[in-house]
Amino acid sequence: MSFINYSSREINCKIVYYGPGLCGKTTNLQYIYGKTNPDVKGKMISLATETERTLFFDFLPLSLGEIRGFKTRFHLYTVPGQVFYDASRKLILKGVDGVVFVADSQIERMEANVESLENLAANLAEQGYDLRNVPYVVQYNKRDLPNAAPLAEMQRLLNRGGAVEFEACATVGHGVFETLKAVAKGVLSDLKKLGG
Amino acid sequence: MSDAQLVMHEEDHQRILAVVTRLIRDANAEGVFVVDKNGHLMAEAGELTDVDSTSLASLTAGCIAATGGLAKIVGEEEFPVHYHQGQRDNLHMSLVGNRIILVVIFDDRSSLGLVRLRVKKAGLELARILEEIEKRSEQATSAARSPFAAITDDDIDSLFSD
Repeated sequence: MSFINYSSREINCKIVYYGPGLCGKTTNLQYIYGKTNPDVKGKMISLATETERTLFFDFLPLSLGEIRGFKTRFHLYTVPGQVFYDASRKLILKGVDGVVFVADSQIERMEANVESLENLAANLAEQGYDLRNVPYVVQYNKRDLPNAAPLAEMQRLLNRGGAVEFEACATVGHGVFETLKAVAKGVLSDLKKLGG
Repeated sequence: MSDAQLVMHEEDHQRILAVVTRLIRDANAEGVFVVDKNGHLMAEAGELTDVDSTSLASLTAGCIAATGGLAKIVGEEEFPVHYHQGQRDNLHMSLVGNRIILVVIFDDRSSLGLVRLRVKKAGLELARILEEIEKRSEQATSAARSPFAAITDDDIDSLFSD
């Protein structure tokens, strides 16, 4: 959960990018890293295999500005998407403040998307969270590919709860910052609710 | 509740700093970092001013989380103390109150035995401070005293106006 530090007048929040293997979670973070000012970001850390598949997590600290004299710092994490890394995914979800589900639009990845979403719901439930209560955004990535599934089909399979959603092409940045802003807004709105 | 929002006030920070500053001196350490289990840096002190403490905090939390998972697999509740030996610098991590991680970096001006001894005492002090912070954080949440209670949608929107 968020950490409010009166001493440095900072609020720290944790956002996790979730989704099946190769859906573009790391690409989202890389794009954000590449496009943000050096003075608002820290180092991006990728704990990856030799073949550049995420092994444990990617991490990118980001400052989004001040609210009422408090610096807002967001820690962006990705999980390893491959099915057998479930134990690691559970660890990374601990203390999460907001979740982005990155779906792979390719028709042949639809089953993997559904499986990953079910896995997310189960892992959140283990910690007493529910997707309906956690700030949550769905991103349909790789919309530019010729084998992308129809949007309506993806919405039906992956967003029955009607969460905020964006179409994206993370390699060129389309939809990346929109997704980040939406989840960050959700997290801050949640803090407001918690406080009041 | 260990997963509740943590609110650290200036006086808490000063108390934590006092403990870690003393720990640096008593253990002859290069640097001490206090990190919460979610990877947020709470306090740091020492001569390691060029260390990327944000990354250190995140990786420390990841490391503790991973070994905590390993502990459960072999039937342990937790592996509360970790020690990494390097060629020049060594790293000692210990879990305090199951909520924060105390990281001590030291070189051959100190020793593992000395660090262990001093960390034990400092850990107890930090656990007491943490308990108070947690208690207050819970009360603050229930009493609606969060600084974010008063923010408006416009405040949030203003963060994102390009």
